[in-house]
Amino acid sequence: MSKQLSIEELKLKSVRYRRELLRCITEAGAGHTGGSLSCVDILSVLYNRVMNVSPANWADPDRDRYVQSKGHSVEALYVVLADQGFFPLEDLEGLCRYGSPFVGHPTRKTPGIEMNTGALGHGLPIAVGMAIAAKLDNSKRRVFTLMGDGELAEGSNWEGAMSAAHHRLDNLTAIVDYNTLQITGPTRDVCSNEPIDEKFASFGWNVRPVDGHDLEALTEAFTAAPEPGRPTCVIANTVKGKGVSFMENVVKWHHGVPGADDYTTAQQEIDAAEALLTGGPS
Amino acid sequence: MSAPAPSVFTPAALERLEALGYAKGKPNLEAFAATLLECGKADRDVVVVTSDSRGSGKLVPFGVELPHQLVEVGIAEQNLVGVTAGLAASGKKSFGVSPACFLTARSLEQIKNDICYSNVPATVVGISAGVSYGALGSTHHSLHDFAALRAIHNIDVVVPADNRETADAVRWAAGHDRPVYLRFGKAAMYDLPEGDRPFTPGKARTLREGSDACLIGTGETVIHCLLAAAELESAGVSCRVLSVPSVKPLDEQAVLKAAGECSAVVTAEEHSVHGGLGEACAALLMQAGARCGFKIAAIPDEDTVTGAQADIFRHYGLSMEGLAESVQSALSHAGAGA
Repeated sequence: MSKQLSIEELKLKSVRYRRELLRCITEAGAGHTGGSLSCVDILSVLYNRVMNVSPANWADPDRDRYVQSKGHSVEALYVVLADQGFFPLEDLEGLCRYGSPFVGHPTRKTPGIEMNTGALGHGLPIAVGMAIAAKLDNSKRRVFTLMGDGELAEGSNWEGAMSAAHHRLDNLTAIVDYNTLQITGPTRDVCSNEPIDEKFASFGWNVRPVDGHDLEALTEAFTAAPEPGRPTCVIANTVKGKGVSFMENVVKWHHGVPGADDYTTAQQEIDAAEALLTGGPS
Repeated sequence: MSAPAPSVFTPAALERLEALGYAKGKPNLEAFAATLLECGKADRDVVVVTSDSRGSGKLVPFGVELPHQLVEVGIAEQNLVGVTAGLAASGKKSFGVSPACFLTARSLEQIKNDICYSNVPATVVGISAGVSYGALGSTHHSLHDFAALRAIHNIDVVVPADNRETADAVRWAAGHDRPVYLRFGKAAMYDLPEGDRPFTPGKARTLREGSDACLIGTGETVIHCLLAAAELESAGVSCRVLSVPSVKPLDEQAVLKAAGECSAVVTAEEHSVHGGLGEACAALLMQAGARCGFKIAAIPDEDTVTGAQADIFRHYGLSMEGLAESVQSALSHAGAGA
């Protein structure tokens, strides 16, 4: 099974996911580049090493559940789901265009997607409901939701955080893609929500800070046994635009779409990263 | 000593009610809770979510008898709808119960996205709807919920008018595979004629035949429509009464038929004049080229008076007397326009 992938193989997958999502966004002329690049490694670990979900077990009620609360980074999710075999990568041609089933935010029309998301602050409450359902069913299935740090300004997250602790949902993992930037600028300048770790801890969560681009550390954070009766919050320290030097930590790439020159430069960097991993030019 | 709450019926209306012999039942909310408990006992996948509202929702017995099937989220309506959606997406037949005023305003985006757009089989239940909490003021009135939910794709808006219709609707929702909004007030309901007819979304019920005018009511206004029709009969006006238990989908055929066969149509609802049953019927009739007198009896677009539900109904003409007057007025307009 794919969960046996080595770290080197996993790194290669992440590099290739970055290449594909950039290609899709550039071809479509639409998408959220920076936040997709920041969460690639998180998704790569979840789908390749952690979650029990695949096209083969999609109808199994005991499959693990993933809800992407930061729905604008759907391009990263699309390429990962394509790689997992939910649909051919070529289907992403026409992404966001008139009539395409591949919309700019997740919808259940796409194989492998559990819930329609995109309005911020919705994923955690939904995941709480899913985690309660798993408890009611005495199922071992786990529930994961991915949130942005800017998204935490939505109060509904804290309603969800309270109820997750109250209901002792140790089968729930919320992941914060802590890239510290949102569309207007640094999150701490727009509406500071620091300290995020202490906030979740004070709400009764077990908090695990981690380097969000360290595939081994992410694996450990997602697979370590939960504290009984406590939901887990993985705060993944990430870099917006990760993997493309001129996009890293630059706020305009939140919603920026590469032009032809940008795309060529980015691909060259990604080719170089791949060559390093494979030991030769790709 | 406090004065007794005013009756929603005037003395004349009470007399008329007694003469007609309708049997007094429970508030629909109680019929809802009793039926939900019955559904929950039969099916452990029936799960209720409440926002500190199990008391006002009459769900205490449900929580006592089926504690694992009741999820309490506290005073957090956005989370309530998200959790209800997450449960539904995981195979549960979930009912999210909260006062209609908060549920359909504070959580509107969750209803729109988590339930309707995601198309999960969840039921959201707005309790103490309309002006049931009349004296508490506009924060607690829900006069926008038909308008808001009619404009959202993929949800049925169901407003039963008696206990039997409520029980049918709850059983239907528990076995249904798409989003539903159920709306209940607090007043005791009367068993309406044709009570044994099962609830079908999109089907109006003809409670009284008539050929001069037609009153179309929904929920707690329907009994007043029946009384008004009886008053009108004494004045020589033959008035049909339709009960509309689903504001969406609307029984377009029944509304068009009424407009084709009667000179005037009057709608009655415990909702703003904007965006509710009345405007739905008006749009339908205009687009079909219907020619009849028409009037919407509803709460006008103003700072709503406070008081008991009864006071508000009387103030805005949703009583027997007010509705009879509206029918006469619509008939006179129909005559003037002919």
